[in-house]
Amino acid sequence: MIRELNYTQAILEGTDQCMTENPAVYIMGLGVTDPKGIFGTTLGLKEKHGEKRVLDMPVAENGMTGIAIGSALTGMRPILTHQRIDFMLLSFDQIINNAAKWHYMFGGKMKIPLVIRLLVGRGWGQGPQHSQSLQAIFAHIPGLKVVMPTTPYDAKGLLVSAIRDDNPVIYIEHRWLHGIFGPVPEETYEVPIGKAKLVREGNDITIVSLSYMTLEAIKAAELLEKEGIHAEIIDLRSVKPIDENTIMTSVAKTGRLIVVDGTWKSLGVPSEIITLVTEKIFDSLKSAPKRITFPDFPTPTSPALAQHYYPRAIHIINAARKTMGLEEKTEEQMGITQNNPLDVPDQSFKGPF
Amino acid sequence: MNSALKKKMYFDMLRIRIIEEKIAQRYSEWEMRCPVHLSIGQEAIACGVCANLNQQDYVMSTHRAHAHYLAKGGSLKKMMAEIYGKATGCSMGKGGSMHIVDLDAGFLGSTPIVGGVIPIATGVGFGITLKEEKQICVVFIGDASTEEGVFSESLNFAALKKLPVLFVCENNFFSVYSPLSVRQPKDRDNVAIAKAYGIYADKGDGNDILDIYKITRKAILQIQKGNGPAYLEFDTYRWREHCGPNFDNHIGYRTEDEYLSWRKRCPIENFENQLKEEGILTTVEIDKMNTEIESEIEQAFIFAKNSKFPDATELYSHLYA
Repeated sequence: MIRELNYTQAILEGTDQCMTENPAVYIMGLGVTDPKGIFGTTLGLKEKHGEKRVLDMPVAENGMTGIAIGSALTGMRPILTHQRIDFMLLSFDQIINNAAKWHYMFGGKMKIPLVIRLLVGRGWGQGPQHSQSLQAIFAHIPGLKVVMPTTPYDAKGLLVSAIRDDNPVIYIEHRWLHGIFGPVPEETYEVPIGKAKLVREGNDITIVSLSYMTLEAIKAAELLEKEGIHAEIIDLRSVKPIDENTIMTSVAKTGRLIVVDGTWKSLGVPSEIITLVTEKIFDSLKSAPKRITFPDFPTPTSPALAQHYYPRAIHIINAARKTMGLEEKTEEQMGITQNNPLDVPDQSFKGPF
Repeated sequence: MNSALKKKMYFDMLRIRIIEEKIAQRYSEWEMRCPVHLSIGQEAIACGVCANLNQQDYVMSTHRAHAHYLAKGGSLKKMMAEIYGKATGCSMGKGGSMHIVDLDAGFLGSTPIVGGVIPIATGVGFGITLKEEKQICVVFIGDASTEEGVFSESLNFAALKKLPVLFVCENNFFSVYSPLSVRQPKDRDNVAIAKAYGIYADKGDGNDILDIYKITRKAILQIQKGNGPAYLEFDTYRWREHCGPNFDNHIGYRTEDEYLSWRKRCPIENFENQLKEEGILTTVEIDKMNTEIESEIEQAFIFAKNSKFPDATELYSHLYA
C-alpha cells in the first residue's frame, strides 16, 4: 500500500528533499521559523538545514522579493513564502519588472530560479483581503510560470519541479487543500510544469478545473454519473504554460466544455481556455462553453453573504446539464446534503486524492 | 595615493566624458533608437568608487548607467552595439541603454525603475554572505531612489544581516524636472537615516574624485571588516537633459546660472589642473590620452554600426531559461 500524506506534509517533504539535494536552495518568509511553520509546511527545516537557509524575514514584501532575486543572481535558489496571496501584492514591482524579465531583457545572460509560494484563504470570514486568488494576473505576465496543485501528490511533485526550474515559478496553494490526504511517494519526483492531469474520463462533457474547485468538480461528476452523464475532468495544475493538447483532445471528444475557477469571472483563466478552444476547434463544440467562477465582486466577510459567493458542485452540475439541454436541479434533487456550514472545508473532501 | 592611480582615474573620467559626448553628438542620426541618460558632469563618482573595486566585486546601476558600467570595466563595444540595438550588444539588443550588463566585468545589470535595483543588489550581497564569499556589491542610485520604500527595506535587511553592500547615492538634485524641494523635506539627511539603521555612512563632494576615492576606501574597509553595509552620498550635477543629448536649462525647471556654477566645478577639468600643478600630468600626455580614447570610440561605433540586427526569431528566445 502506498504511503499517504496530507498536502502540507507533502510540501514539507518536497522542500526538505530539495534542500538536502542542493545547498543553493533556501527558504524565507514571514513565519517560516515560527512555532506554526506556515501551516506546518516548514516545521523542522531550520533544525535540519540551519538558520542561514531557513529564515524568517522583515515585513517588507517588495524589498524581500528583490533580495531573493538578487541572491538568485549569485546562484542561490530561493523559495519565498507568503501566508496569503494578498500580502505579496506589495511585491508586484519586483516580480513583474524584474523576476519575470531579467532573463529576457539581458539577452539570456542571467536566470532567476525563484519559487514564490502563495496561499489562498477561504472561509471563516477571511473577507476581501485574505482570500483573493490571483493566478490570472501572474499568468498574464510573460516570463513567469504559474502552478496550482490540487492533490498532495502534485503538491510535492510540482514543488520539486518549481524548485529545480531555472525560472520564477508562482506556486499557489489553496488553504482548504492543506488538510486533504493522498498517496505521496517517499522518493523525490517531479510533476512536469505545463502538463494537466486527466482526473476522470468521460464522453459527454469536459470539465477543466483548478486547485480546490477540482474537488467540487469531482463531486459533481460523481453525481452526474448517477444520472448517466459521463463527465471528463481535467485538473489544469499549471496555469502557465497551459496544457492546450490535453484540453483540445478532451473537448474534441466530448464537444462540451465547462471551466471552473475559484476566482473572479472576467478576463480570467476560463476566459483564456474557452478562447483557445473556440479559436482552435470551434467546429467540435456542440454547445456554448460555460464558466463557473466567483462573481466579479470582492469576497464578502459575513457567512450569510459568502455562502452565495462560492460556487459548489451543484453549480457545476447545473452548468453541465444546461450545456446538454437539460433542466436545472436543486441540491435536494441531486441528493446533496450539507453536513457542515459552508464557511469551513467540506468534510467529505478529506481524501484520499 | 600614487601618481599612476591618479592618472588612471583621470583617464577613466575623460574616457567616459568623450564617449558620452560622442553619443550625444551622433544621437540625432536616429540610429541609436532608445532613450539615453547621459552621465556627463557626474563621471567622478563612478570612477572614484570603482577605482576601489576588484574585478570580482559586483556593481549594479540605474537608467543612468553608462559611467558605472564603463568604470567597472564593461565592454565599450558591447555597450555601443546594445544602444544601436544590435545582436552583438551586451543584452543582444533586448535591453538598450537602460539595461546593460557585463558579467565578465562584474557589472550585473542596470534597470530604470527608480529604486528597483536596490533590493536586488542587496540580495546579491545576501547571496555572497550565504555562499561565504568575499566580494562586495556596489549599487549606484540617485536621490529619488531614497524616496522609494525599497530603499528603507533594503537598508533594514542589509543592516540586519550585515551584508557586504555599498549603497552610493548620486544626488544630482533632480528627478527628471522635479527638484528636491518638492520631493523631500528641507534638511532631510540620508546619512543620518542610514546611521539610524546602524549603517556606516558618509557624504562628500561628488565632483572631487580624490574625495570620493578616499571616502569610498574607508567605507569599503568597514564592509570588509564584516561590519555590514555602508551608505555614501555625493552631490553632483547632470549637465544635460534628464533623457537625451541636449541641454535644457532654457525650459524653466532650473537656471542657466545654476548650470554654469556647476560647470565651473567640472570634475575632469579641475582634476586635470590639479594633476598638472602637481607635475603628474602633461599636456602631451593628455593629448595622447585623447587620441587613444577617440580611436577606441571610433572602433566601437564602427563595430556597433556594422553589427547585424538580431534575427526576427530572437524576439521569441530567452523567455524562459
